[in-house]
Parts: sequence; structure tokens; C-alpha cells
Amino acid sequence: MSTPRLDRDDEVEQLPPDIALKARALLKSMVRPHLGMAIFLAVIVVLTALAMVIGPVFIAAALDDGVPRAVDGDKGPLIGAIAAFIASAVASAILAFTSTRLVGITAQKILFTLRARVFAHVQRLDLGYHEKSTSGRLVSRQTSDMESVQQFLSYSLFETALALLQMVFIAVTLVVLDVPLAIVVFVGFIPLFFITKAAHSTQRNAYRRTRTSIAKVIVHFVETMGGIRAVQAYRRQPDRRGTLRRQDSQYRDANTDALRGVAWFAGWTRLVGNVTQTVIIVVGAWLVIEGWTQVGVLAAFILYLRRFYGPLDELVQAFNLYQSASAALEKIAAVLDTDPEVVPPSQPTHLPIREQGAGRSVDLTHVRFSYGDGEDVLPRFDLRIPAGQIVALVGATGAGKSTLVKLVTRFYDPSEGRITIDEVDLRDLDDAELRANVVMVTQESFLFAGTIADNIRIGNPDADDEAVVAAATAVGLDAYIRNLPNGYDTDVKKRGGRLSSGQRQLVSFARVFLADPAVVVLDEATAHLDIPSERLVQNALATVLEGRTAIIIAHRLSTVEIADRVLVMDAGRIIEDGTPNELISGTGRFAQLHRAWKDSLV
Amino acid sequence: MRPLLRFWPDLRSRIGVYAFVLVLTLLANGIQLVVPMITGYIIDGPIAERDFSALWWPVLGVLAIGIVEAVGMWARRMIVAPVVSTWEITWRARLFDRLQYTSVAIHDSWESGQLLSRATNDLSQLRRFFAFGLPFLASTPIVILVGTIMLTSLQPVFGLIMIVMAVPTIVSVSIFEKKYRDASRRSQDTIGEITTEVEESIQSIRILKSFGRSPWAAARFGLVSTKFQDLEVRKAKLDSWFWSVLIFLPTLAQAAIVAIGTWGVVAGWTTVGTVVAGVTISMVLRMPIEMLGFLLADALMSLTAAARYWEVIDIRRDITDADGRFVDDPDVGKYRGELVFDDVDFHFSDTERETLSGLDLRIEPGQTMAIVGATGSGKTTLASLVPRLQDVTGGVVRIDGVDIRNLPVNELRHLVSVSFEDPILFSTSVAENVEMGAPGSDDEAIWQALEIAAAKDFVSHLPEGLDTQVGEQGLSLSGGQRQRLALARAVIGKPRILVLDDPLSAVDVDTEDRVQLALREILPDSTTLIIAHRPSTAALADVVAVLDGGRIAAQGTHEELLLSSPLYRELMGASAVASAAEEPGRAGSAVEGSGRTASASASATTNRVEVIREAGDGGSRDLSMTEAHTRDGGDE
Repeated sequence: MSTPRLDRDDEVEQLPPDIALKARALLKSMVRPHLGMAIFLAVIVVLTALAMVIGPVFIAAALDDGVPRAVDGDKGPLIGAIAAFIASAVASAILAFTSTRLVGITAQKILFTLRARVFAHVQRLDLGYHEKSTSGRLVSRQTSDMESVQQFLSYSLFETALALLQMVFIAVTLVVLDVPLAIVVFVGFIPLFFITKAAHSTQRNAYRRTRTSIAKVIVHFVETMGGIRAVQAYRRQPDRRGTLRRQDSQYRDANTDALRGVAWFAGWTRLVGNVTQTVIIVVGAWLVIEGWTQVGVLAAFILYLRRFYGPLDELVQAFNLYQSASAALEKIAAVLDTDPEVVPPSQPTHLPIREQGAGRSVDLTHVRFSYGDGEDVLPRFDLRIPAGQIVALVGATGAGKSTLVKLVTRFYDPSEGRITIDEVDLRDLDDAELRANVVMVTQESFLFAGTIADNIRIGNPDADDEAVVAAATAVGLDAYIRNLPNGYDTDVKKRGGRLSSGQRQLVSFARVFLADPAVVVLDEATAHLDIPSERLVQNALATVLEGRTAIIIAHRLSTVEIADRVLVMDAGRIIEDGTPNELISGTGRFAQLHRAWKDSLV
Repeated sequence: MRPLLRFWPDLRSRIGVYAFVLVLTLLANGIQLVVPMITGYIIDGPIAERDFSALWWPVLGVLAIGIVEAVGMWARRMIVAPVVSTWEITWRARLFDRLQYTSVAIHDSWESGQLLSRATNDLSQLRRFFAFGLPFLASTPIVILVGTIMLTSLQPVFGLIMIVMAVPTIVSVSIFEKKYRDASRRSQDTIGEITTEVEESIQSIRILKSFGRSPWAAARFGLVSTKFQDLEVRKAKLDSWFWSVLIFLPTLAQAAIVAIGTWGVVAGWTTVGTVVAGVTISMVLRMPIEMLGFLLADALMSLTAAARYWEVIDIRRDITDADGRFVDDPDVGKYRGELVFDDVDFHFSDTERETLSGLDLRIEPGQTMAIVGATGSGKTTLASLVPRLQDVTGGVVRIDGVDIRNLPVNELRHLVSVSFEDPILFSTSVAENVEMGAPGSDDEAIWQALEIAAAKDFVSHLPEGLDTQVGEQGLSLSGGQRQRLALARAVIGKPRILVLDDPLSAVDVDTEDRVQLALREILPDSTTLIIAHRPSTAALADVVAVLDGGRIAAQGTHEELLLSSPLYRELMGASAVASAAEEPGRAGSAVEGSGRTASASASATTNRVEVIREAGDGGSRDLSMTEAHTRDGGDE
């Protein structure tokens, strides 16, 4: 039963070393399906950058040439320049309109796919993974980390491309204008390169810390709100507050460091830009004075230089959003990179057709099970359950009953040996077919947001209303539901839809009736029911599931009453096996247990 | 604007720093207006005149301004970083605390994801806004205003052009504002829905897996995800309109300045130099105007985030101390532990249907009372009233004659220890989980509590004993093990009043009996209210009360009730047993049996125990099932 948690400590340590590569690969794989759109957007980027660079040229033309000529009476060049300028403004506006739209749409498409992919993958991961990791952490992967990626994709990807391209265009313009001055500008790139390189590693670390620490905060938040009854009843509020403060302080520090990293990066970048500008003025002035360069060229140069460094701020911003998104993508990639240990077959086999309402045989052959390389939870054993048999599993807590049924339902695969239903290995069955045939109900009875009818329909989403009502009636829930404000359409979280834990368990059973499986596994599924409800459910099970195979774990005598066969487990072994009557009349463990049960009856 | 304005007290507490940030932002913006003028002067002056020596001062000026700008930018971000990061976690702490003291009923009415998304997404949106959006939103209009004034002083007509352009800008701002605000609210609410779906899909993984319903969950998630996608695209489309207007209008203004300026030059009321200067200034103004679009969108999203934050903070405080406050650690007085329900009504706030109505119940100090009732009869609700997880809607619950609403909540919760049907363990060690029931207990007390709960054996076999980490982030324990730890937490420190809500549903009968006996022996002074499904539990109680139709239908000892209450017999499964006792070994159905209940139990009064034992032997397999037992699969 017990496996140590893997992710209790600092997660950063545990991300695989090549996770940055994997995150990048993930980003690429997300963008690839939108390659056509990406190319189209790239064209728009080029045009936008052109329109931005060219606009001032017309203004310059209007001022340098148009105005003096217009003063002299020739309005043509001025009107032409202004018309061209307005045209470029219209073009800019249309391009901005198009690009904002398309970027928004594409980014959302990418995010939608990513969200769906992570969601589906988390669902695919085996139960072992889920039992080892905290729900809050997986929630933070799909919410907070996703938000980080969204920030980057919707606000920065396009801007980054635009800023870079604008800089390229202006760089070309600078070279065309004056080579020596352009060289001065390019020399300024050397410190920029080192600044960026340094920022890359510090920021990556800072953002990784923010992602890890916010995940811890989310875990704590989810745990506290989920256990609010115990928090309040045991006056844990000050303690919980203290833990939040501690974890949030780590997040605050990480966040502050990340933001201060941006401060240094942005400050240095701006300083290099401004110093370069001063040097240009001095060198330019010297060149002009020495007669090697025209005044007009220098003026244009300085104007463009200002615009050249303008996008640099945006790049700094984008760079940081990128770093933050990468840190988040790494976490997401790590989830996607985890392979489920219980994998669907590449070439699924089908089960033989069964008669309506028939059961299937379950065979465990040479099965051994341990978690990882740990001690055997179930030492090697064989078990054959013929179709239609009802088997009660009995034994103390920790005897291995739950583990055994988790193998039969393929929540885990055995470490050794094979488990078959109707001679087909569970590992060769497609998940949908397996689940249609083998269904397990546990003590936990979860209600999803939505109506009661929807919740019962988990058993079979295609069931019509009649079938839903029939299932609810079978478990004795119908009368209660009909009394609710909106009957079967009552929202389980709103207006009077509260169900007690016993009623929630009845909903679980109603699901089984709808699912109509060949093999039913009940793990303590009646624990919260009062005795009449339990009898009702069992009667219903016996009639509705007549002929099905069933494995039932329960601590109550009443369960054994309906069994054809009892298996007594101890320390992972089946120590007694027989019909209830055989075992009761014997002197073994079950006979003792049975006596205790009898005493407990009324 | 109100939701954002409500953050003023936080802003005011750091107003000095924040004002400095505003000044630095303004400075950074202002410098962008000044530098072109100096460079213009340099080009027109020293360079044009080829006077290299006259160059130094203005160049040093440019350098100095450049350094100031870079340092200012650095300083602004350095200063604002810890301030906003601290605000974010302060707000989260407030939200968290508000929720910690919010009653269970209100918690149940919220989708869990809506709370989490407010605590994370919305607060990081607000952090970004206060770090960047707000200072720029405050300084950008000033820059635009100063620029317009400069233009006006340069040439009034140019100022007029700017003002004319302001009209369509303001119109589009107001249209955009209305539509974007709506989209942003719906989008952020949808993030809450997404979070809920994600949380549910992970917490219910066993159910989804055992029914093979992951595709169904994915389809459900797909629906909200699509809704979110559509809303975000809608925001992008609104953005695209607004953005292009903000790009187009200033350029149109520039063109107008050139055109009208030239006409002015021709007409003689202005000069070429003025037109050039006007165009330069308007060029510089384009950047802040374009940025206005982004800032406005950001402000609207922050407004939504703030509104969502305050919705949680404004949740009514319904369960508090008598004076409306909530003291975490009040003094705990001495009580005998008499627990009385006096004409208690209870209905949930959103329905008129009464779960409990006119319920009277009295438990003497040190007495153990078992509550028995059908599924859904309100047993858990009754139990939750004692520690005031919910409050009565009519009548009074008293401890030693005092209305529990007049006790400080945490004094009451100190007196009352509860164990829930769904055991809740926290992510910490076994020792700490148990010690929560009586903070400050030593290891000996912890072991004793574990012994009462029949958990001593398995805990001593855990890898690190008492220090083993459990809870969601620790070792995974079975349901029965978790229940027993939760029970140990309830009984440690010998609480005055013990409320046990079906605390051992997942353990075997043998263990349950041991626990029951230990409770009686070790905690004879604790008043105990225990919700029971099993006859053995009820039999061990001093008194049993039967809950039906929202009130106590019958009360007495187990034996008395078996005689007097048909409902009790049914709940204890006794009717079938009794009927079988009449004709041992008869393969009769439960339904048939229940018809004979009265006579059977009447005849069974004297030696009830024997009768039932007999029934258990011969009839048990035949009792409750009508058809299952006829199968022969077990004997192959």
C-alpha cells in the first residue's frame, strides 16, 4: 500500500537534465501545425516592420522637400508625401489589425491544444503516478504554468519577431547611411551579447524558482480548502496561515529576484544603448567636421538610432516572458514526458462476445506484485474466478485486498505473471473495452459539478433518462431525487443539491447499474450506507447483475452473505478459500471473523 | 473603478515608495521628449557650425541624461519589485484567511477552481498591474498632456489638431472599455471553470479510470476550454480594433500637422522650423498613445481581477464569536459537558426544506449517545452543528446550559473534538496529525490516542514511525488507516465532548469493537455523540437516538429500541434477523420477513442474544438476498 512520495522535496532537482531541450521541442511541436499561419504572420511582420520604418521617410520627404517646394507654390511633392504617409499609416493600422487578430487566434489555438494534450496525458498516467504526486501540483501545471505560457504566446511571440525584424531593417538602413557609424553601433552589440547571456542563466533560475514555489503554494491552498472542515474543527487556521506565509515568502523572494533580474537586464541594455548614442554623436560630429559625413546623414542616423533601441525594451520584456514561459513549459514538458506505466496495447485484442448480462472469468496466473523494486506486496499466487461467481475478499487492513483488485482492474500491472478475463490478457485490451467490461466502485464517491442525472450518467454517458431513473430507483435514490427542487436536473453543488456521503455512494452504485459491466469490483463500496440501504443495494446488485462476476471487499457480514466464495487474505497471501459455509464450519481465520461478526449483529 | 480603488489602503501604506516609482516612470517618459531636442540642438548648433569644442557640454548632457534614464529604469524596477511581490502574497494571505474563517456551507457553494483561480491568476494579474500598468497609466496621460501643451505653445493650431484627434480616440476608448470589460470578466470566470475541471479530473481519477470515462472528462474539459478560447479570441478581436485606431489616429494627426503647417508657412503664420519641431514632438507622442491601448486592456483585466478578489473578501462572516470577531486562541473554561439540542431547526441557506426540524436531544455529561438514522436523514448535519461548522436556523444548541453561539467559536471547538466520515489528514507527520487534537501533547499521549484508535500497531510499523509523513504529500494509507489516525486526533487530550461521525466505516468489526471498548475505558468522562450504522456500535452506547424526518423519532437503550421501534429494528437489520429466528434456516426473503417483525421481536425479548446468534448461523446467507444464494458458482 505504501509508497514514498517522489516530489516532496525541491522539484528543480528532479527535472531531467535535458528538460530545457524538451521544453523547446514541445514549443516547436506546438507551433509546427500552424506553420502556414506562422509563415503568413512572418510576412505580416515584415510588412509591419517596413511600414513602421518607411513612415518617417515620407515625413522626412515632406519636411525636407515638400514644405520648401509648397512654400514656393509647388504643392505636388508635399501632397504626394503626405498621401504616401497616410497610406503607410492606413497600411500600418490594417496590418496591426490583422496581426493582432491572427496572433490572438493562433496563440489560443496552440494553447487549446496544449491544454487538451496535458489534460489527456494526466488522465492517461497510471494510478501509481497519481498516488505519488499531489493533486495540487498537477493542478498548478494545468493552470498557473499554463497562464505563464499564455502570457508569452499572446503578448510576445509576435512582438519579438517584429522587434527583431525592425532592428534588422534599421541596421541595414544604418549601414546604407554610413558604414563607420554603423560599425560603432554594432560594437555596442558585444556588451549586449554578454549581458543577455548572463541574464539568460540568472533569469532562467529565478523563473524556475517562481514556478516551483507557486506550485507549493497551490498545493497548500488546495489541501487547506479541500480539508476546510478539519481545519476549522481543529483550529488549524493560524498554523495553515503560517505555512502559507512561509511558502508564499519563498514565492515572493523568487518573484522579486526575477523582477530585479529584469531591472538589471533592462537597465544595462538601456545604458549600452544610451552610451552608444553619445558615442555616435561624438564620432558623427567628428566625421562631419572632418568632412567625411553629411550633417543630414548624421541627423537621420541619430533619429534611426533612437528607433533602433526602442524595440530593445520590448525585447527585454519579451525575453523575460519567454524565460518565465520556458520555466513553465519545462514543468509541463516534464509531465508530458512521464510515460504511464500502464500502457494501452498497440494491437488490441477483443474479448469474445458475451451474452447480455453474462459474466466473464477472471484468471490470475503466477501473479506477483511489488511497488517498484520494493518488497512483494503480493507474493506469487494463482487465482481462478469462473464467470458469474461472486467472490468476497476478506482480511485485515493492509492484507493486500485493495492491491489485488487494483490488479484485476488494471490500475496497476503485475510485476510478474498475467491477468486475463475470458482468457484475454488485460494488457492486450483497449482501455475502453476493458472499462466497459470491468468496473470498480470504491469507498470514495466523487460528485462532479453538474446535475445529478449527469453524475449518474458517468456509468454510461449514452444512457437515456429512463435508464438513469431506473438505476436511481434500483438503489433507492429515486424518491429522494424527485423531492429536490429540480429533480434529476438539480445541480449537485447548488440549490439544495447536497448529498450525504451515503447518498453519494448510492450514486456510485447507480453508475454501476448503468455501466452494466461483466465484472464488478466493489472495494468497501457500502461502508457509508445504513443497513437497509446496503441491503437494498445488494438486492439490486443481485438482481440486476445476475450472472456477472463480482469481487467484493467489505468488512461486513452482510457482504459475505451474498458471496459464492470467500477468499481470506493475510500479508498478501490467500490463506483460506472456499464457500462461506465450508469456511464457517472450519476452524480457520474466517470462522473466527465470522463469530466476531455474528456477535456484532444486533 | 471601485474594486481597484479599494486597494488604496495598501497603496497608501507604501505611498512614499510608490510615489517615487511614479516619478521615475514620469521621468523616463519625459526624457524621451527632451533628448530629441538636445540632439536637434547639437546637430543644428555645434555640428552645423563645425565647432567641435562647443560639442562637449551638450554631449555630456546627452550622456548624463542617458545614464540617468538607465539608472532610473533600473531603480524603478528594483524598487517596485519587492513592493508588488509583497502585495501579491499579502492579498493572497487575506483571501486565504477569509476563506479559512468562512463557514463550510459557503465553501460548498463555491466551485473549488473559482477560489484557486482568484488566489493565483487574478492576483498575479494585479501584481503585474501595480508593477507596470498603473505607473504607466498614471504617467502616460501626463506625457501626452505635456506633449500637447508643448505643441500648443509651439503653435496653437497644432494643439487644436491634437484635441480634435482626441475626440474619436475617447469615443473608441469608451466603446472598447465597455465591451472589453465584459469579455474580460467572462474570460476570467472561465479560467475558474477550467481550474475546477482540472481539479475535479485529478481528484476523481480513480472513478474516471474505473469507468473508463477519461474521454468523457476530456470532452467536458474541451467545452470549457473552447469557451475560454472563444473569449480570449474575442478579446484579441476587440484589441485589434482598438489597437489599429490608436495607431491610425496619431499618424493622421501628424499628417495634418504637416499639411496644415505647410499651409501656415505659405500663409505666413508659421515657420518651417516650427513645423519640423511639431512633427518631432508628435512623433514622440505616438509611442505613449499606442501604449494606451495595451494599458487600458491591462487595467480592465485588473479591474475584473480586483472585483473577483473582493467578491471573496466580502463574503459574509456568518460563524463568529458573539461580538462578531473571531479569536483564534480564546481561554477555555471548565465545562461538565452536558450537550442539549433544544427545538433545533436546520435548513441550508438556499432551500426552505428543513433537514432538521424541532429536534430535541439531551446528552448527559460523560454519556455516550449513538445516533442512528437512514441514509440522508441528517445525521452528519446534526454532528456538524456541535462544533458550529454550521449554525442552527432555529432553536438552540447548549453546552452546560450556555448557547454555543455565545461561546467564542474556538473555545467551543476546543471543547468539541470531531472525527469525520471522510478522514482528512494533512501533509505532515503522523505525530503532528494526531497532536492537532490537543496541541502540546507529548509522544506518550500520542501513542495512547493511537492505541485507543487501534492504530498503534500499524503506526509502529511505518517506515519512520510517528515521524512518517502522511497526507496527500506523504505516504498513501488505506481508508481504514486514515480513519484511525483521524480518530486518534479526535480522542487525544480527552476532549470534553466527542463527536464521531461514522468514524470506523472502513475498518473491520473486530477493530471497531476494540476501539469502542477503549473509548469507554479511557474516556469515561467525555460526552460522546457517535453516528452509527452497525448494531455493535449502537449496542455499546449508553443511549441510542433514532433520527427520522428531521427529529428524534425514538430514544432509549439499544435493547429498549429493538423492542419498541420498528424503524430502529429495520435500521439495525434486525427485522430480517428476527424473522429468520422464527424459522431458522428458512430460505425466506427479507421482504417477507419484515412483515413478521413485531411478533418475532416480541417473542425474542428474553434471550435475544441467543436467538440472534442462532439466526446468524443458520440463516445469514439466506437473509437479505433473494436470489444470489441460489447460485452454485462457489462450489466448483
